[in-house]
Formats: sequence, C-alpha cells, structure tokens
Amino acid sequence: MTSDAPLAVQPIPRDTFARGVGRRTRDWGPAVAVFVLGIAAWEGLVRGLGVQRFLLPPLSDILRTFWDDRDTFIDAGIFTFKEALGGFVLGACTGVLVALVLARWRSLGAAVMPYAIAANAIPIIAFAPITNNWFGLLSPASKVAIAAVICFFPVMVNTLRGLTSVRLQQIELMRSYAAGEVDVFRRVRIPNALPYLFSALKVATVLAMIGAIVGDYFGGSQEALGILIRRSAGIFAFEAAWAAILVASVLGIAFYAAVALVERLTMGWHASARGRS
Amino acid sequence: MNENRIVVELRDVTKEFGRGGVTALRGIGLQVGAGEFVTLIGPSGCGKSTLLRVIGDLIEPTAGEVVVNGKSAHQARRERDYGIVFQDAVLYDWRTVAKNIALPLEMLGWDRRRRSERVRRMLELVELTGFEDHHPWQLSGGMQQRVSIARALAFDPPLLLMDEPFGALDEMTRERLNMELLRIWEASGSTVVFVTHSISEAVFLSTRVVVMSPRPGRITGVVDIDLPQPRVAETREQPRFFELVTAVRDRLRAGGAEAGEASEQELIAVEEGL
Repeated sequence: MTSDAPLAVQPIPRDTFARGVGRRTRDWGPAVAVFVLGIAAWEGLVRGLGVQRFLLPPLSDILRTFWDDRDTFIDAGIFTFKEALGGFVLGACTGVLVALVLARWRSLGAAVMPYAIAANAIPIIAFAPITNNWFGLLSPASKVAIAAVICFFPVMVNTLRGLTSVRLQQIELMRSYAAGEVDVFRRVRIPNALPYLFSALKVATVLAMIGAIVGDYFGGSQEALGILIRRSAGIFAFEAAWAAILVASVLGIAFYAAVALVERLTMGWHASARGRS
Repeated sequence: MNENRIVVELRDVTKEFGRGGVTALRGIGLQVGAGEFVTLIGPSGCGKSTLLRVIGDLIEPTAGEVVVNGKSAHQARRERDYGIVFQDAVLYDWRTVAKNIALPLEMLGWDRRRRSERVRRMLELVELTGFEDHHPWQLSGGMQQRVSIARALAFDPPLLLMDEPFGALDEMTRERLNMELLRIWEASGSTVVFVTHSISEAVFLSTRVVVMSPRPGRITGVVDIDLPQPRVAETREQPRFFELVTAVRDRLRAGGAEAGEASEQELIAVEEGL
C-alpha cells in the first residue's frame, strides 16, 4: 500500500499545445516511419525483383485501378459495410440483452453458459452457405445474419463476464443502501461490464467485416465487395481484387477506430486511459 | 443523545454456513449502547466479520435475534440505519471521489444541490477537500479509505460498521487514520462496531473490546477500556494502555486464539453465490 502523504497525488498535468504536438510526434513518429518504409519496400521490391502481378501487384497499380473505377469500389464497400454494420448492431444488441438476462437469473446463466462458450468456439463462417439458403443468396439479410451471429457470442460472453465479475463487497455495499436489483445493475454491474463490452465490440467490428465479406464469397449481390474480390481474382484482374481488399481494410480499420473512439470518450475513468497523463 | 439507548442487540445468535457445515458463530449475545465504540477482535476464522454482516443484515443468522435501533436488522437495513466500511475501500472506479461519496445520497433520492453540499462537508471532515474530481485510482490507499469512511458517514447513519478498515494500510497511515476516526466519531456522535485483529488498535480506539475465539466463533471475554477520552497519541504510552493490551491478549490466548484456517471471506462468498 502506498503512503498517505498529501503529496502522493499530483493533479494530472495538462499539456500545452506545443508540448502536445511534440509528444504526439514522438509517440507516432516511429509508426509513421514504418508505414512509409513499408509502402516504399512494397513498391520497390515488387518492381525491382519483377514479382509476378498475380502474386502481388505494385501498390501504385492497385491505387490507379482503384482511382479509375472508384465509384464501383466505393459503392461495393458501402454495400458490404452496411451488411457488416447491420449484423454488428443486431448481434451486439442481442448479445448485451442476453447477457443482462443471464446475469440477472444466474441459474439460467449457469445452464446456458457452457453451450455459449462452446458455440463461441464454432467457426460460424462455415454456416454462410446455409444462411444463404435461409435468407436468400442475393439478399443482404443472409450476410447480416452471419455477421450478427459472429458478433453475438463474444459480445454476450464478455458482457456476462463483466456483469458478474463484481467483487462481493461492491454488492454488499449496495445492499447496505437497501438497493434493489435495478440499482445494482445500473450503478455497479453495468459500469463494471463496460470495459469488457468495449473490448468485445472492437473484436466484433473485425468479425462483422469478415462475416459480411466471406458471406459474399459464397454468393451474393453483384454490388457486394466480396463478390467483387472473387470475380476480379477469377478473371485475373488482380489489381482490382487488391483494390477491393484495400477498401475492405480501410473500412475495417475505420470501423474499429470508431468504436475505440467511443470507448475512449465514455470511459476516461478506466485503466486503459490512465497511462496518458 | 440518550446514552442508555441500545443501538445493537444480539440475542443468542448462531450462524452455520452450509447445511451442517462450519459453525461460524454460536450463541452470541451482545449489547452496544448509543455512542459506544465497540471492537470485535479475534483470530481469522473467529466469525467477527460474519458477526458484523449479521448486524448489517448482509448475512442472515441461522438462529437468534438481531435488533438494530429497536428494529429487526432487516428493517434497519431497509431504513439505511448504518454505514459500512470494508478492508478494501470498495470505491467505484468509474465514479469520481465526490460521486463515490454521493452514492448513498443518490440512493436516498437527495437532489443535486443537497448532495453536493453534503459531499463538500464530508470532504472537509476527512480532509480531502480539493480531491473531489479525482478518480479512486489516483489516490493512495489511506486516502481511498478516508473516502470510503466519508461515504459511510455521508447520510448520517446512527451506526457505523467497520470491517478491518485499516488492515491493508501501513502502520503510520493506520495510526493517523485511527486518530482521524476518533475525531470523526466524537464529531458525529455515532455508534461504531469495529472489527480488527490488531490488539493495540482495538485498545486505542474502543470503549469496549469484545474478544472472540474460533471454531465455533463465540465471545470469550469483554474488556472495558477505561482510558481517558479523548485519546491522544500519548495514550499509547500510558501504563494503563499496556495493561489493557495485556488483558486483551490474555483473553485471546485463553480462547485458544490460534489462527483458524477457514477463511471467513471465502465462506461468505460461497454463501452469497458469487
């Protein structure tokens, strides 16, 4: 235990603008350098060693292909992103609701949990051809369904863990205030679960994109990104396939970053935000 | 305050964990008067933490009667007649210091202005003014425990239950918080039931020390602490202080105060199904 000296706690120092910029440069400099070097190495090695374009086309060719046909790529990206987002929202909301129910009625939770954990380990993407049959090959609903199911399990399992991994004394304290279940959930269990929920949501963004794109691979609308990748690779339009993959990557990263941003804004109190003083 | 009023009364309280399992408490009888500072002391496994929770209606006794403030323990808890402090400060990380202290006031439905006024006063009481917007993890262990005490006292409960509140702190912090607690006790006029396994802490703080022994947990002696009030740092150097420490130690020995191996916290956790 630390000592009780009044000096033990300093107010969190606020950066001046200049110091903030300096710190940011220091923090991000190496990462930016790696990014630039990586792109230079890609371009240089592919051209210098004469790598076959079906293995890896030069980045500049990929970017040119993207730019020449940007409307197609962006539309396909938005189409598939909507599938992923729909699945994410559906799966995450259901996951949180089910976790709340299982946390409230613990014996139910105990009965269901082993299966939920087992189901979490199933490669759900394997069901994509089946959901295509259920919801229609060309319908976005089949991809939304796959993305939703993929997102559901990690969100549910993690949220439930967060809701239930509350220290006994935190609950005793609430009971000493004659708090009911609603108050215990609202003031203790749910805030306690937020860090768990957000790490699951971040994973779920990635899973949702994978679910939607791979769902497309098994057949889907002509506008979908997965179809575009598969078709381009099939007709040896490798630059186009790579351009579509690039779009998928950018969307995936943006999706993840958006959730991470919400996390940072809502959970300034949490340990993950502490190191930044 | 009527000095003769009984705040806590235990009649033949027994607690068994599990069916035919460990007897944590057997035949406990105890009365705590208004304004008293009573300490339960004993080795781990003697049921002192369990007894505190029985008083607070956090654990139901298997047999016996618990009366708090002239009501059943259950009714007293419903009416928020006591504040409780644990060994860990049990502060909620997502709440600032001010909001942690305000938590019981929120539960009581106080409006914002009344809450912030009271929080300000409590921060003064535990000398943490200026830290209201800090988060618990930005405070030292001793400061966290002071926040926890402020929170327990925020709604003026007539009874304060403390479960080894300074057990995790270093000796110097502990002695300072002992002084602070006595100052708060005098200022608030509340009744305190305190659990510790430190003999000197028990003697220094209390008006009465209740000695318990394990397996089954029972009261083996009560030592009246007739040291003059208010207690000051020099109290610890008086010959009478050492006599009383010896008296408590002898009672503990007579009760067979070897440390019990069953952890009370574990039993409680099992009981709660957590």
